[in-house]
Amino acid sequence: MTIVKREISITVNGLLHAVSVEARMLLSDMLRHELGLTGTHVGCEHGVCGACTILLNGRSARSCLTLAVQADGAEIETVEGQGTAEALGRVQQAFRDHHGLQCGFCTPGFVMTITDILRNHELSGDDEIREALSGNICRCTGYEHIVDAVRALIREKDTRP
Amino acid sequence: MKPAAFDYVRAESVAHAAEVLAGAGGDGKVIAGGQSLMPMVNFRLVKPSVLVDINAIAGLDRVELDGSRLRIGALVRHFTTARDSVIARHAPIVTEAMKHVAHLTVRNRGTFCGSVCHADPAAEMPMMTVLLDGQIHAVSARGPRIVPISEFFAGSLVTSLEPDEVVTAIDLATTPRDTGYGFHEFARRHGDYALAAVAVLMRLEDGKARDIRIAVMGVGEMPSRVPTAEEVIEGNELSEPMIMRAVESLRAAISPNSDLNASADYRRHLAGALAGRAIRDAWSRAREAVLP
Repeated sequence: MTIVKREISITVNGLLHAVSVEARMLLSDMLRHELGLTGTHVGCEHGVCGACTILLNGRSARSCLTLAVQADGAEIETVEGQGTAEALGRVQQAFRDHHGLQCGFCTPGFVMTITDILRNHELSGDDEIREALSGNICRCTGYEHIVDAVRALIREKDTRP
Repeated sequence: MKPAAFDYVRAESVAHAAEVLAGAGGDGKVIAGGQSLMPMVNFRLVKPSVLVDINAIAGLDRVELDGSRLRIGALVRHFTTARDSVIARHAPIVTEAMKHVAHLTVRNRGTFCGSVCHADPAAEMPMMTVLLDGQIHAVSARGPRIVPISEFFAGSLVTSLEPDEVVTAIDLATTPRDTGYGFHEFARRHGDYALAAVAVLMRLEDGKARDIRIAVMGVGEMPSRVPTAEEVIEGNELSEPMIMRAVESLRAAISPNSDLNASADYRRHLAGALAGRAIRDAWSRAREAVLP
């Protein structure tokens, strides 16, 4: 088979990119290798660990189970769009406040899943928070502090005018 | 690159998808949510010559009530199936089963029809399709075809779908309003594939169980009904000893595998325990439904 590259255009964190990719290139690899956005981590690379979670048109998705060509014309958000080292995004700040990360490998995936939760889901209580986070694996097992961070974010959202 | 090279076509219509599959020489694959297919593609367990992406086809993302059948389009995501009010009203056991399906991010992408086509013996959607006499609507360049679920599953991860066919929808029987239902599943971690699960439907007429359906998954090559356990209960007044007889009959009827998650004996015991709970739930809901 002759391998043909295709031109795709994709908006990542508000910036439009034109990229040339093979059909088989995963979105996770495209973000990291073609755009240099290495904040999206790849762990298991078959949809189990959640480290590569990004937002695809506003909903969380595994970037290792999405082809870059499928995202042609789509809006992608990655952890790089959340904030900067000087001005953390609110999910990142909550992780900092509640000691929500240890080695940090799983953190970008958690941050993106939590962004989806805050925008699109009404959660009440720790059971629902844990269930919503259950697709992301932290091998430092720092889950309690991550749940603390999400609980605080939900409370903050609820009390906002 | 993890996957082997393939061509990719974003189908504009069902006819377009069928046309591309017809020209793929039997090696084409349809991709919708990709939550089962992509891991296999990443591992090169599947090496399609062409991936036909149906995500842009209009009209496949609907749940519709058509007489006594629910029609679930090929792009209905787990997220939607779990929350859809028509499904919750006309087949509440599906809503109940969906609580156990995968994790939030996977539910955003994965589809009901895709899961049935993937035919994992421990997945909820194939089991619901068996329980509710589902029919698979497939289209190829040769024309449309409707496959009853009894002729669809051929084994673990194997179906009778032809390589040039694209599934457009699956329809399921609705359950009458007075139907009691029970669904119990056990997985090591919530949202993971089940070690075993049991689904039960029944109505009560003059105190006797009618139209009982019992389905199991995770304990065989494919999800299945358990007629011998159904026969124990059908037409009878329920009692604890009778439930235990049905449970024993279910245990005798299944032949689960041993694997690293559980032994066959453990799975058989577990399926029985889950069946007991599901029968009691269905019975109690059916009784509530006929209260004056």
